[in-house]
Amino acid sequence: MHRKTIAVLSRMLAAREISAVELARAFLDRIERLDGTLHAFITVDPERTLAQARAADERIARGRPAPLTGIPVAHKDLFCAKGWLTTCGSRILSNFISPYDAHVIEQFNAAGAVLLGKTNMDEFAMGSSTENSHFGPARNPWNTECVAGGSSGGSAVAVAAGLVPACTGTDTGGSIRQPAALSGICGLKPTYGLCSRYGLIAFASSLDTPGPLAHDALDCAFMLNAMAGHDARDSTSLARPAVDYVQALRANAGARPLAGLRIGLPSEYFGDGVDGEVAAAVDAALAELRKLGAVTVDIALPAVKYSVPVYYVIAPAEASSNLSRFDGVRYGHRAERYADLADMYKKTRAEGFGPEVKRRILVGTYVLSHGYYDAYYLKAQQVRRLIADDFQRAYGRCDVIAGPTTPTAAFCIGDKADDPVQMYLNDIFTVAANLTGMPAMSIPCGTTTGGLPIGLQLQANHFAEARLLQVAHRFQQVTDWHLRAPPARSKTTVADSHEAARATQP
Amino acid sequence: MTFEVVIGIETHVQLSTASKIFSGASTAFGAPPNTQASAVDIALPGVLPVLNRGAVERGMRFALAVGGAIDRRSVFARKNYFYPDLPKGYQISQYEIPLVKGGAVTIEADGRQKVVRLTRAHLEEDAGKSLHEGLPDTVGDVTGIDLNRAGTPLLEIVSEPDMRSSAEAVAYAKKLHTLVVWIGICDGNMQEGSFRCDANVSVRRAGEKLGTRCEIKNLNSFRFLQQAIDFEVRRQVELIEDGGSVVQETRLYDPDRDETRSMRSKEDAQDYRYFPDPDLPPLAIDDAWVQRVLDEMPELPEPLRDRLVREHGLGEYDAAQLTTSRALVDYYAATVEAMTPTEPKPALRKLVANWVLGEVSAALNRSDTSLAEAPVSPSQLAGLLRRVEDQTLSGKMAKDVFDAMWAGEATGDDAADILIERRGLRMISDAATIDRLVLEVLAANAAIVAEFRAGKQKAFNSLVGQVMKASKGKANPAEVNAALLRKLAT
Repeated sequence: MHRKTIAVLSRMLAAREISAVELARAFLDRIERLDGTLHAFITVDPERTLAQARAADERIARGRPAPLTGIPVAHKDLFCAKGWLTTCGSRILSNFISPYDAHVIEQFNAAGAVLLGKTNMDEFAMGSSTENSHFGPARNPWNTECVAGGSSGGSAVAVAAGLVPACTGTDTGGSIRQPAALSGICGLKPTYGLCSRYGLIAFASSLDTPGPLAHDALDCAFMLNAMAGHDARDSTSLARPAVDYVQALRANAGARPLAGLRIGLPSEYFGDGVDGEVAAAVDAALAELRKLGAVTVDIALPAVKYSVPVYYVIAPAEASSNLSRFDGVRYGHRAERYADLADMYKKTRAEGFGPEVKRRILVGTYVLSHGYYDAYYLKAQQVRRLIADDFQRAYGRCDVIAGPTTPTAAFCIGDKADDPVQMYLNDIFTVAANLTGMPAMSIPCGTTTGGLPIGLQLQANHFAEARLLQVAHRFQQVTDWHLRAPPARSKTTVADSHEAARATQP
Repeated sequence: MTFEVVIGIETHVQLSTASKIFSGASTAFGAPPNTQASAVDIALPGVLPVLNRGAVERGMRFALAVGGAIDRRSVFARKNYFYPDLPKGYQISQYEIPLVKGGAVTIEADGRQKVVRLTRAHLEEDAGKSLHEGLPDTVGDVTGIDLNRAGTPLLEIVSEPDMRSSAEAVAYAKKLHTLVVWIGICDGNMQEGSFRCDANVSVRRAGEKLGTRCEIKNLNSFRFLQQAIDFEVRRQVELIEDGGSVVQETRLYDPDRDETRSMRSKEDAQDYRYFPDPDLPPLAIDDAWVQRVLDEMPELPEPLRDRLVREHGLGEYDAAQLTTSRALVDYYAATVEAMTPTEPKPALRKLVANWVLGEVSAALNRSDTSLAEAPVSPSQLAGLLRRVEDQTLSGKMAKDVFDAMWAGEATGDDAADILIERRGLRMISDAATIDRLVLEVLAANAAIVAEFRAGKQKAFNSLVGQVMKASKGKANPAEVNAALLRKLAT
């Protein structure tokens, strides 16, 4: 049951083969049994969940359920959900119960989905390992000594371990795709503006993008159908005709369903920094895609090498301003003792934020300071434009761009915690899509000899989500990487695979 | 050695939108604390700003009124600083690219006309208020925060340093105040803070380059503006004459002590780390929008004043007085229209103007009410003035009727006629009756008649008074005059 997809569960619910309450109970039981080790969730509230499940069953009984009615989902703990603790992985919001629903939450509620819980994440979505969570790291179900990626690590683990069929996440520099790759599932970062940011606790406003994490492309389509849509409360939300992403995958196709598809292979994504096993898995995936009719073309993205430095100027700059509201005045943590106003701010924020968040607030404050703004922030915005130009040029020659999602498979918990720059380089292939606002997804395409998943990244031009999902779906119709489950393991085997994981590090 | 004073003014005009600039919460003044603060205003995690187009249109109206240029792609920025009444930790304000650039207003001060150039006008949100007083004793020694005002739309209008005296500064502020109320973008209520000025003041010896300036913050009355500038000029001149120099700083005016005090120096100035707000796309304005706003613009005070002189035959002074407020000139126009459906004669317009600027304005002042709440409507005033025009009432009688109407003794459009009837007020213009009264008075006052004949002009006035008295005040004074002169000449 726990490996079943939304597509399957939806049919079962409609056919009354299972009730929403039974389904919710089954997943709550798994969470109860496994999440002590995995730590995918920050908050689980069975009472609320079961109440929603009962409502879903009533709706099914009345007939005309929506595609997600009764489907359990979980949300990254930065989506405000009314009545739910919404922590953003931070001590400073460790007592914040949201009085309102994010647009994305409203959409899932309207669709009849059942909220199973709020998932673990790097504090304020800053990180690539979920080690920066105030509530402790999430663990990779393929090897619990390894990170699950981040910042949407809790969501990725929850799906990979079968604790929930699908989750939401957010992607600011790779925070959906990188944990999806490291956890062996699918993750889609849609076009900026396709899903509303209203009710999403902001990290970097011009980059933050809500998106789904799920077992396969079809389930990502189910999730995106619910998440996408114009919202007048977000001025960067785009009003566009609705697309049925599920329907887009239902068309029949011949033996060569990707005939005519041009896949761009940027030389910058296949260089020295990529682990050998990762490169081999990506090559094998490309060979499968060629068999389906696609052709590959070599392309160049010369400015893309500046993506990480540009990202680490723009994202902290916006974050330093976005996080100013956490001042202990109106909600959230406030220091117990303080001498005066300035002291209250200092102590509250010193206690409330973890080291990575503080680092980024400092960097962001610096690059926006008088005398440095032009050299850093403005320059970064100019280079951001050049990167977008590179991609636009490339999409004149190809339809999608492929490459590894990350340079390596999952690393061990603690391995990069003391070296922020090494950690930042995990985002090297993913940040460009955030800087350009273009859609990208990661799908499983292999495993290392140590048994850790490897992700293939597919990127496309603005609003080409349907195309990305189609390519992924065709690939998944002829491969089984997305069907592979992490081994059910005992404590003793954990240590063994830990050694294996270490051995695969480049 | 004489000093030249140089003044530039920044004005915060609260825009008269029903809701806030980035949220749907009400902007009404005086509600209990924090009852008009939405999730956006208190900056809950995850909320986002949505620009109020009504605030933009008010800014555009201002641009069109002062001949400024509307930027077709202005940008909202974040001004970052920490303060408890600033919930987001930043204020959304236009910085590098404001909505309005340039423009000018013409002022009259010290008997001369002068053009004051405007630098820019930009949209921004107001902050909340910190409450240090009026909190319940039970809460202890704390500061309260009221976020009702947070997010109220403001237009900040920045002038060039073109003013050379406190009189010019006040004339400028008054002109701006009249204008923003006239074009309907601000309620002009200075007590409630809808119109507040910051004055940048410096002094220099003739021919020297600009002196170091001090900024005096938050002046919310014309009198305080004048007094603060006068004090500041004296302070700076004395400082320089004593061999010192002015330090650039922000100062506050204390009206109780009539002095300005240092608030913070330039060295303490914060780095606001302005950058474009990523939550708000650039504000794009197309020609059609500008045209729509232009079509809805009322006639501006200066062209209307000239038209009142040219087409209505009013005097320069009356025309200028009537156009100090749109409510006043609207009241005038409504009264004229109520009096006659056809094109009125200049004399009738003059009569209405005299009454609006005279009795009506005086009554408003006495009772401290606004025209909108005036107990005498334009159609009621028209009903009264019709009886002046047809000589039913003398000027004195009309004033009595007006006072009775103001006091609410009669209502409805025919209030004047009801009062005239009720009080038996009808001027006696009939020649035979007046002649009879005149002859009686002359017969009874032989001594005064003798004085008149001896050349005493005052005696004539005394005789007029006697006739008026004999008629119980109802005789037509002009007719009485004529009849007396006629009888005395024989």
